[in-house]
Amino acid sequence: MKQPSLYKIFFTFLKIGAFTFGGGYAMLPIIREAVVTKEHWVTDDGFIDMIGITQSVPGALAVNSAIFLGYQIAGVPGALIATLGAVLPSFLIILAIATFFTEFAGHPMVIKAFNGIRPAVVALILYAVLKLGKKAIKDRFGLVVTGLALLLNIFMKINPVLLLCSAAIAGLLYGKLSTHANACACARVHAHTQESASSIEEQDKQS
Amino acid sequence: MFILLLNLFTSFFKIGLFTIGGGYAMIPLMQTEFIAVNHWLTSQEFIDIIAIAEMTPGPVAINSATYIGYNLAGVMGSLAATLGVIAPSLILILLIARVFKRFSSSVTVKRIISGIRPAVIGLILTAVVVLGQSVLVEFRAVVISLAAFLLLMGGRVHPIGVIAVSACLGVLMY
Repeated sequence: MKQPSLYKIFFTFLKIGAFTFGGGYAMLPIIREAVVTKEHWVTDDGFIDMIGITQSVPGALAVNSAIFLGYQIAGVPGALIATLGAVLPSFLIILAIATFFTEFAGHPMVIKAFNGIRPAVVALILYAVLKLGKKAIKDRFGLVVTGLALLLNIFMKINPVLLLCSAAIAGLLYGKLSTHANACACARVHAHTQESASSIEEQDKQS
Repeated sequence: MFILLLNLFTSFFKIGLFTIGGGYAMIPLMQTEFIAVNHWLTSQEFIDIIAIAEMTPGPVAINSATYIGYNLAGVMGSLAATLGVIAPSLILILLIARVFKRFSSSVTVKRIISGIRPAVIGLILTAVVVLGQSVLVEFRAVVISLAAFLLLMGGRVHPIGVIAVSACLGVLMY
């Protein structure tokens, strides 16, 4: 694959950054369309790998995808230029809005509109987190961790960063313990079947 | 001024470092850092920023950083904040990009994530509760919130559409 020019990479990711609203997984089909289908810079396998890695590192999906894909395509310069392209449109638009917003913020219509928007945003975040929750909480352990994080943060005001670190450790320990438990169970079943097998052999010999 | 920029950069670096599990994970972190600890924003201002970040292209997380940075220290502030929030991802991903396959299939990483992901959900829920408490203080707000939620549940309306509708409701009801 001939390495595309940095300009090309920049503009491709610029387009991606300009046309994705809302963020999150919504960006994936757009990124895939541009990078896999149209430009053939990455295969579907590579794309799936990227999704995996972006789930395992901190940061917004959009940015992480740009960094990772950019790196795959053209090394460190590729990563930097792709990220720049992906972030620039929203950066500029937000700046534009922010500068004008300060002028309009006092306007009665704007105030009323935002009185309506605020409760909707709360609903939006709730909806998003419920959807995420369905995927993220797969077993009772997950449920317990979620509940603890919720309670400890709300009632004991424990710092989220501290909670995340503890959750990471909890996940590590739980993983080790359950693998160990499974291993023991497997060993027992194995031993049991061996016993039955040898007793059947003996019966065959006797008869 | 420089100190403020440095503070912004480090605050958002910290936030970016712990935003695991997607952009929304940033909300509880930003809330703690900017409302509870530093008092740089009120809950209302914070929600307004999230609202604008939702309506504009680009990830909510980055947009929020840009906007908050601007509010606190102009264009330089938005640069410091945006660079700060992106930097951890840049550094980490470039460091592990070569060994990423081993990294993301590593059992240790998977276990850590199995703990972090549900915790993130719990933290975002607390943000919802805290923000909700300051926003849903009267009947009209509750009604609009419910309406928005139902629209989203229906699955046919894009979040931006929901925000537009709620803006209209706000104009009508207030």
